Amino acid sequence: MLKEFTRSIYAGVSLAVLSSAIVFALLAPWIAPQDPYDLAQLFILDSRLPPMSRNSDGFLFLLGTDDQGRDVFSAILYGLRISLGVAFLSTAIAFLLGTAIGLISAYLGGRVDAFLMRIVDMQLSFPAVLIALMLVALVGTGIDKVIIAIIAVQWARYARTVRGSALVEREREYIEAVECLAFSRSRIMFVHILPNCMAPLSILATVEIASAISIEATLSFLGVGLPITQPSLGLLIANGYPFMLSGNYWLSIYPGLVLIALMVAVNIIGDRMRELINPRSEK
Amino acid sequence: MMGTFLLYRTLQAFVTLAVVSIIIFLGVFALGNPVYVLVDPSAPADVVEQTIRRLGLDRPIYEQYGIFVTNALSGDLGTSYTHAQPSLALIASRFTATFELVLASLVIAVALGLPLGLIAGYGKNNWVGRTLSSVSILGISVPIFWLGLLMIIVFSLELKWLPTGGRGETVALFGVETSLLTLDGLSHLVLPAMALSLFPLALIIRLTRAGVREHSQMDYVRFARAMGIRPAKLLFAYVLRNVLIPIVTMIGLIFGTLIAFAVVTETVFAWPGIGKLLIDSIKVSDRPVIIAYLLFVVVMFLVINLIVDVINAALDPRIRLSGTS
Repeated sequence: MLKEFTRSIYAGVSLAVLSSAIVFALLAPWIAPQDPYDLAQLFILDSRLPPMSRNSDGFLFLLGTDDQGRDVFSAILYGLRISLGVAFLSTAIAFLLGTAIGLISAYLGGRVDAFLMRIVDMQLSFPAVLIALMLVALVGTGIDKVIIAIIAVQWARYARTVRGSALVEREREYIEAVECLAFSRSRIMFVHILPNCMAPLSILATVEIASAISIEATLSFLGVGLPITQPSLGLLIANGYPFMLSGNYWLSIYPGLVLIALMVAVNIIGDRMRELINPRSEK
Repeated sequence: MMGTFLLYRTLQAFVTLAVVSIIIFLGVFALGNPVYVLVDPSAPADVVEQTIRRLGLDRPIYEQYGIFVTNALSGDLGTSYTHAQPSLALIASRFTATFELVLASLVIAVALGLPLGLIAGYGKNNWVGRTLSSVSILGISVPIFWLGLLMIIVFSLELKWLPTGGRGETVALFGVETSLLTLDGLSHLVLPAMALSLFPLALIIRLTRAGVREHSQMDYVRFARAMGIRPAKLLFAYVLRNVLIPIVTMIGLIFGTLIAFAVVTETVFAWPGIGKLLIDSIKVSDRPVIIAYLLFVVVMFLVINLIVDVINAALDPRIRLSGTS
């Protein structure tokens, strides 16, 4: 499976990028040259140093420092941790919630199905950014609110996808067979139908991780996402923005490059999965 | 038949609006302390008490929703704390800037997207097509705000061609301030419009390409080709006309999406439209403005969708037959 997957060089590289990003994020407290949020380690004399400069102690700032003398490289590693954490957590919850609703909708059919799908249609007719903004505008900002906003944006797509596949599966003979065995409805849904809907769901989930990263970064950049105490990549870009006008580009550029590398990698992985699972699909 | 379709779709839009208004009502009025939507939180206790009674906030929640809807229908969505003017009027006065931005980006997207899409679709594997498929993945992966930052660095700070932000000089036309008619205003518009146009540009190119591919297999194109009609004439005179229908639909639908996306672009380029107003209002919890923005955008969205549906139904009878079933 992995061999088949990496037959495309881009996909192989993307997988390497994503896995190393995850490893870096997990190990950030141990591999970062500096704890960027321990104020005792920051010196105002080191502020706004360009990349590759050293301070008087000979400490190397690989990607420069911000206005408080914080090592940008370390801040990016910690930011990666927050960005990926929010993205994976919200995608996982949206996946579970959306899949459950979609399965129930498909299996029960009738009025329940019509009602649930009308909600899904209604929601999908609005752009994701608008729904996310609407939610943070109503319930406020903060890490939990951002996660709720991403889930609210994404669940409908899982519900629609799984319902589509489940409706096809439901007509198959093996479902007829287990129905004759008088298995419970929930057992048929989750044990027999769900595993056969996993292929399109896994493609969707991959792409949705990229979209979750993007939504969180956008909200944080706008200043209505994560609080200043939890600087994700998007927030790092936003914090560097005022200094950009005075020529300190590195504060925003490097977190941005990491963000883009991450999103390109996830999208390419999603594309490759689609190719492998559904070879006839056109790009 | 058309009447039934129109009625059905309008009803559907109203149901959606009702649901959204309930969500907004619950979000703003029920979750937070509703008094502070209309009274400054630092006001003395007796003023707060008085307002609660005056606004009927001591009544059951369904009655309160009724009051909210009645006020909203008469155009009263509260007064902005920070700007000290009715929130709906504030939104309306800022909307011109957003409208200009969205319009300019759509013009850019159509002017570039249609020809590029036609070329990409016509030649099987030419340079446009190849570049497109590799750029498209980058296009969906690069966040708009970061691209905006790059554009500011390159075009404003390094090359010093264009201003970094703001709306520039405006002139009044029929009582509406516009920056489309001054050179300074236009130079301020270029960068944000370009940043905002990338998303619709990619969509138009893809849609045009797919349409051209589909049509180039059809008999009328083969026949025209066999007749020896020049490819350029065939493409622009015959194929384009048929490909245009879904694209016009998409342009209508994307208008609302762009207004939502403009929130990001306006913040990056300090463009004083409703998107920037929303973000500024969220930051200072200026709730009347937030409510006015959300209702305004949702209504606009529903109206646009309705118009597009109706136009489509008028063009294609199959849609209005299936839409009512």
